[in-house]
Amino acid sequence: MSSYNNSARFNEARKVAIFGGTHGNEMSGVTLVNLWVKNSAEIQRKRVETKPFITNPRAVEKCSRYVDTDLNRAFSPENLSAPEGDNLPYEVQRAQEINRMFGPKGSPEAYDVIFDLHNTTSNMGCTLILESSKDHFNLQMMNYIKKAIAPASCLVLLNEHPLLKYSTSRSVAKHPVGLEVGPQPQGVLRSNIFEAMRIILKHALDFIELFNEGMEFPPCTVEVFRVSERVDYPRDANGNIIAMVHPNLQDCDWEPLNPGDPMFQTFDGKTIHYQGPGTVYPTFINEAAYYEKQQAFVTTRRETLLASAIRKHEN
Amino acid sequence: MELVCLPRLPRVAVCGGTHGNELSGVYLVRELLRVQRETSEKEKEEEDKKSMSVLTVLANPKAMQRCSRYIDTDLNRCFTHAILNSPLSDKPPYEMVRSRDLNALLGPKGSCEAVDLVCDLHNTTANMGLCFISYSDCDWICLHIFRHLQRQMPEISMRYIHFDVSNRESYSLDSIGKHGFAIEIGPQPHGVVRSNIYTTMKSGVQHMLDWVHFFNSGTTFEGGLVEVFTMVKNIDYPRDCVTCSITAAIHPKLQDRDFCLLHPGDPMFQTFSGETLRYKGKEALYPFFINECAYYEKGIALSLARKKHVMIPTVRVQTEQEEQANKLGFASEEEE
Ligand SMILES: [Zn+2]
Ligand SMILES: [Zn+2]
Repeated sequence: MSSYNNSARFNEARKVAIFGGTHGNEMSGVTLVNLWVKNSAEIQRKRVETKPFITNPRAVEKCSRYVDTDLNRAFSPENLSAPEGDNLPYEVQRAQEINRMFGPKGSPEAYDVIFDLHNTTSNMGCTLILESSKDHFNLQMMNYIKKAIAPASCLVLLNEHPLLKYSTSRSVAKHPVGLEVGPQPQGVLRSNIFEAMRIILKHALDFIELFNEGMEFPPCTVEVFRVSERVDYPRDANGNIIAMVHPNLQDCDWEPLNPGDPMFQTFDGKTIHYQGPGTVYPTFINEAAYYEKQQAFVTTRRETLLASAIRKHEN
Repeated sequence: MELVCLPRLPRVAVCGGTHGNELSGVYLVRELLRVQRETSEKEKEEEDKKSMSVLTVLANPKAMQRCSRYIDTDLNRCFTHAILNSPLSDKPPYEMVRSRDLNALLGPKGSCEAVDLVCDLHNTTANMGLCFISYSDCDWICLHIFRHLQRQMPEISMRYIHFDVSNRESYSLDSIGKHGFAIEIGPQPHGVVRSNIYTTMKSGVQHMLDWVHFFNSGTTFEGGLVEVFTMVKNIDYPRDCVTCSITAAIHPKLQDRDFCLLHPGDPMFQTFSGETLRYKGKEALYPFFINECAYYEKGIALSLARKKHVMIPTVRVQTEQEEQANKLGFASEEEE
């Protein structure tokens, strides 16, 4: 019995996982998940089974992002279907194991929700990352979290870009949610960032509990920042960077960048300006891990998405 | 005020990349090398008329390539007398080999062939501003350079940290010069270069070189009081006694408050269950290197220092006659 005619119906989200250590040097997630593995009282909810899980234990031990290759890019169909063997890179083997445990990706047996916990050196605050604008369950969750943490804020980054989207660890689940909190240097644990991440997770799990109990969530709108373009550092012929993020842009994630605004400063002090056609919203500005990925920041565009009402299937 | 005449400083080394993921120093030394390469022959002749030569060194190129602190072991702990002079094993750690190469290039440590001044560039994730780190609180050259930077860059918070370690025990790259110090600037995450930190480091190095040039050219520098922070002890994170993993983070009230006096009873850590742990020492001290990334593995959550004032004398360079006389003096001392 629904009060909204076109309520989207979803199964109860009974199987939920929280991933930490997908990048071994992002300490908030590593620490939280290790804590919850020891004592999971904080993440237990009625009608939900929540599994905290360290996805890349060898990278965690080394306190490095990865061992052989970036685990958070390793969940491609090719990797997941590659013949098993010891000659596969460690993270590809690991991706296959994770896919067996929490997937298979795209199958009805897959976990319902996976939260993947990350930190960034960028001044992004609390950012939730979605991979689809059509996942109304996730959009409703974003709306719930935003309301619950107000007046603190958290933003939603939507990566649906055909070329810039990558195959994440969380993509194994039916409803993948990335959580990116910064600024925090790699290999460092800051208590403010740690607490911020903990609070977001609390509200996210509360949402799932309410949903499973049968609460209906009315239609709503969600403001998202849609990934648009990757911008690399200026480089010389050998591929070495020759400029840094300009002081006017550094730490200004999510603030408008207009044509003509300073963007980079070369090592000998010259300013390079943004030449794009219109205003964009940059984020992931000066993220440590993206120097090797040829990315100084990504530009995004603001959009408002409509989330339909949702409730669980009656069965 | 007392006047002290000191030998000229004809050879100066500026080093970066001793830790391969501390990128301000890496990119600054690369930039200095690029400028050197692109300087025309004519300009080079002009340079030669200057009072000193500047050697720019990328200290740990392999670690830089990987953007990691080190390959096998921390290079900046490999310059003790013992490590430099003990026989190498069959498969020596990369940094042990590298420290000998650098000692041959810039030292030998403790000899008269060593370069006159080594300035080694570092970054920290701690909110320390610009710090000189030196093994001496009576090296008038280092202290005068520090005071010069303080005056030239009044907008930058600057401290002089003294590690009270003997020359034989001193372990860092800057210890192989006749004079030496590290410039440590933060906060900057490892693996990141921030333009504000880079620019501060660049002007710091420029003012340091200017000072050496003025000094060599005969300028007299007035003495005075300098504030010095002498390292007293390190404090580790609270850890699980079985797994050794940390059980608390730096308290939000202490985080980023490097060089703000820490009183007995002040909050120091916050456990993961939310409990506050307090500073139990008897003496108020100055915390620094609060939450430095590289020190988790060294068991250091923060260091504590005691502040004092050091009276430094007026200095100028020795005249040629004074230098000659000094050398003779040394020679006769050695004969005795
Ligand atoms: Zn990450
Ligand atoms: Zn360093």
